[in-house]
Amino acid sequence: MSDDSSPRSQILNGIRRSLQRGPLSGEAKQAVEARLAAPPRGPDVARARLPQPEKVALFCQWAETNNATVARVAAGDVPGEVSNYLARNNLPARAAMAPSPLLEGYDWASQKMLSLRRGRGEGSDQVSITGAFAGIAETGTLVMASGPDHPVTLNLLPDTHVVVLREADIVGGYEDVWERLRARYGKDRMPRTVNTITGPSRTGDIEQAMELGAHGPRRMHIVVVRE
Amino acid sequence: MVPVVSNLHDKHSPPARRVALFVTCLVDLFRPSVGFAAIKLLEDAGCIVEVPPLQVCCGQPAYNSGDRATTRAIATQIIDAFEGYEAVVAPSGSCGGMLSHHYPGLFDDDPAMKARAENLAGRSYELMSFLVDVLGVDKVAARYEGTVTYHDSCSGLRELGVKAQPRRLLGSVEGLKLSEMKTPEVCCGFGGTFCVKYPEISNAMVGEKSGDIAATGAGTLLAGDLGCLMNMAGKLQREGSAVQVRHVAEVLADMGSIAPIGEPEGGEPETVTR
Amino acid sequence: MESTAHDFKHNVSDALANPNLQDSLAMLKVGFSERRRLAAERLPEFELLRDRARDIKNHALANLDFYLEEFERKVIALGGHVHWAPTAADARRIITDLCKSVGARTVAKSKSMVAEEIALNDHLEEAGIAPIETDLGEYIIQLRKEPPSHIIAPAVHLTKDQVADTFLEHHGPLGFTKRLTERNDLVAEARYVLRQKFLDADVGLTGANFLVAETGSSMLVTNEGNADLSNTLPKMHIVLATIEKVIPTLEDAAVLLRVLARSATGQESSAYTTLNTGPKRDGDLDGPSAYHVVILDNGRSSVLGTEMQEILRCIRCGACMNHCPVYGAIGGHAYGWVYPGPIGAVLTPQLIGVEEAGNLPNASTFCGRCESVCPVRIPLPKLMRHWREREFERHLTPKAVRQGLALWSFLARRPKLYRRLTGIANRVLALFGRADGRYGTLPLAGGWTRFRDFPAPQAGGTFHAQWARHGGARTRP
Repeated sequence: MSDDSSPRSQILNGIRRSLQRGPLSGEAKQAVEARLAAPPRGPDVARARLPQPEKVALFCQWAETNNATVARVAAGDVPGEVSNYLARNNLPARAAMAPSPLLEGYDWASQKMLSLRRGRGEGSDQVSITGAFAGIAETGTLVMASGPDHPVTLNLLPDTHVVVLREADIVGGYEDVWERLRARYGKDRMPRTVNTITGPSRTGDIEQAMELGAHGPRRMHIVVVRE
Repeated sequence: MVPVVSNLHDKHSPPARRVALFVTCLVDLFRPSVGFAAIKLLEDAGCIVEVPPLQVCCGQPAYNSGDRATTRAIATQIIDAFEGYEAVVAPSGSCGGMLSHHYPGLFDDDPAMKARAENLAGRSYELMSFLVDVLGVDKVAARYEGTVTYHDSCSGLRELGVKAQPRRLLGSVEGLKLSEMKTPEVCCGFGGTFCVKYPEISNAMVGEKSGDIAATGAGTLLAGDLGCLMNMAGKLQREGSAVQVRHVAEVLADMGSIAPIGEPEGGEPETVTR
Repeated sequence: MESTAHDFKHNVSDALANPNLQDSLAMLKVGFSERRRLAAERLPEFELLRDRARDIKNHALANLDFYLEEFERKVIALGGHVHWAPTAADARRIITDLCKSVGARTVAKSKSMVAEEIALNDHLEEAGIAPIETDLGEYIIQLRKEPPSHIIAPAVHLTKDQVADTFLEHHGPLGFTKRLTERNDLVAEARYVLRQKFLDADVGLTGANFLVAETGSSMLVTNEGNADLSNTLPKMHIVLATIEKVIPTLEDAAVLLRVLARSATGQESSAYTTLNTGPKRDGDLDGPSAYHVVILDNGRSSVLGTEMQEILRCIRCGACMNHCPVYGAIGGHAYGWVYPGPIGAVLTPQLIGVEEAGNLPNASTFCGRCESVCPVRIPLPKLMRHWREREFERHLTPKAVRQGLALWSFLARRPKLYRRLTGIANRVLALFGRADGRYGTLPLAGGWTRFRDFPAPQAGGTFHAQWARHGGARTRP
């Protein structure tokens, strides 16, 4: 691929010299290729191996432990819950929303006071509303896959991030998310960005005391949608 | 009061074991009573104790200074000295750990010596762990009036898992109450040559330890390694503390009346020959 | 950064005499270790996960060339670029050239220890490019022109009041003229000031916690979200990572993430864990249009296959320093270079030479607490001992130590002579110490008696003398 004096060869050959072998070949190479093709999982984390309803409950519990707020509602009540949440917290009834088919199934027009702008996040946005690719029960973590329907800036710039998550999209651990990502996007083609987000932005950089809202949202509200 | 009976008299007591005591160089030079306490505890538990004469030091000063050749020479000497004993027991987690965890690695290029080092490693023990884990001792015949606190010396704790054993035995000492430190597992700052190579850091560490000791309100500090004990005793005494410092084996062997570490002895030492 | 590791003892004296630092360290010592302990207890599989994490990193290191090539292939396939930098100078040049190629005036930087290792900020500034640290801790110390004192909490040596003074001095000219007293107000002010800098930055530069070979992704773990803003808002994202960061698969990442956050801060999960794979795609409404990964060696490939190889497993969680009583006494700056604590004691001599950093692996009691909490089970005391052995072999050990050791080893190998001399020493010491039971000063023991009394030996002779005297019978009840 490149001559022996290239920086690339210097590094790779240096590694091989230290490991006292040439480039992998034969069985050794087949073994690592097989490992890549069928990634082995690590030790099973028992606490998230649960039937779906308990998984949902565990997700909600950990999300709250990590300083998010959670509301569990029926599909028809999603827009109402979002409006109410904003009102309850004295937040503006104005939000940047992901142009996502996941969100278009809800009757946002029913909320007369709520003004929505579909698009990416801007520095001036106070509130964003997005869906989520998945939720991880083990730690109450949201998984956001970037794409035209989910700009990354919506996850990061506004002060308040409202996330709509379907119960069916709550899985046990990271490994289940990886499987879903491969199934959806192809094994060799991750989305540009996968954000896994556990609660609001925070920092412990001053005297180790946790403060919320370092750079990303100060508040995270998760609307879990019952099927 | 129910008399406390040592394991020697238990009906299930195992056949006597021939145990070699690894005295350790600090005990030899500074506090022989720890060696005699260890012998008493082992004999009470039914062991026949011998003290091989050609033992000196386990080699840690050289080992931890990077002098591998000297360490190997000393290790070879110790391996020779303790050949043939069923068990080798040291009243020190640090020296016990040197024999059981570090000797084999010294002889990676010498299969014959490595095998001998592994053999020794497999029968080397720290005293508390040997008494409780191997011999199954769960009580001693001793009395010590007062509140004590116990420092977990690093090698014993982290290399050998010595934590519950001394506490279990202390629990059987009449009159003794244990008051734990906030961080009994944090190093006291001794570290062998460390304490004289980096005295300021060592002092900060032992200063913190003495604060932790004082906060327990205990009148006595116990631990299982004489190096740590001398370090902590020296600091406590420099600070004017009245806390008495003793090796745990001394208290367990009912030798709690002898002068604590760093305190003057009253009169001539008692000599008893059996 | 300029190393002061050779001046370690002087640094130690300064650190011990610094009351603000000592206050901060007092908080650190209890905080981090207690949170880590609780997090480990909450996950029954934690120890198994540590074993697995160790095995994954060992596997990756044994096949490092393969996984790096695989990673490169995947990055290129998705429109990204990979640059190979054998040395620190190569990495600095590559990054500076990339910044210049887009006419960058400012670079939003997310905390990267590797960037510290290669002193990237100094070089960017020389090229007329302003690096802006965006991690709150890094931002604070950048304003104060200090190096980080901890690998995950760079400003952990500072108190709130010191931060307040720093902000007043630097944000005052921006209109923030009130000296703040509450932590949340300090965080809010930094957020406000840095937000504009993010929006203005031309390049975002981040490190990587892991490079995933399977997908060609760089993985970043933060709590603040600053890395995510750095890799989303500017038009170019540059990832700077060293060769040993590559791991095989996402499944492997899951294992490592589980031990990383818990070991570092005691969190179940950090707030943000992000996978970046290539530049902005067709139809994306945001994201950088260029994605570059700079893979740096800087001496690491030569560590492979040596007795020091295990250090390359390190995932930079900081648990070793959080649990180190020496770090707890002196803080991070005393170590004199980028990496403090036990990891620094092993890594620094490797990276800047044992002649310069020889004190670091010696300034340890080998208490083993670092190894007992390391998520990838690096035997840090053993590796520090290897450095001491190399120093001894190369005659770098201080003369007084060598001479003392030579005398002691001469005696220790002659048990009969040793016995005679210790017998004399015991009697002499006991004689002089009998009245007090201890000495306040002792010839040749100034290192000890400067701070501690020295206990006198018991009277009656050494153990072996007493044992021999009584024909192998006990002399004390």
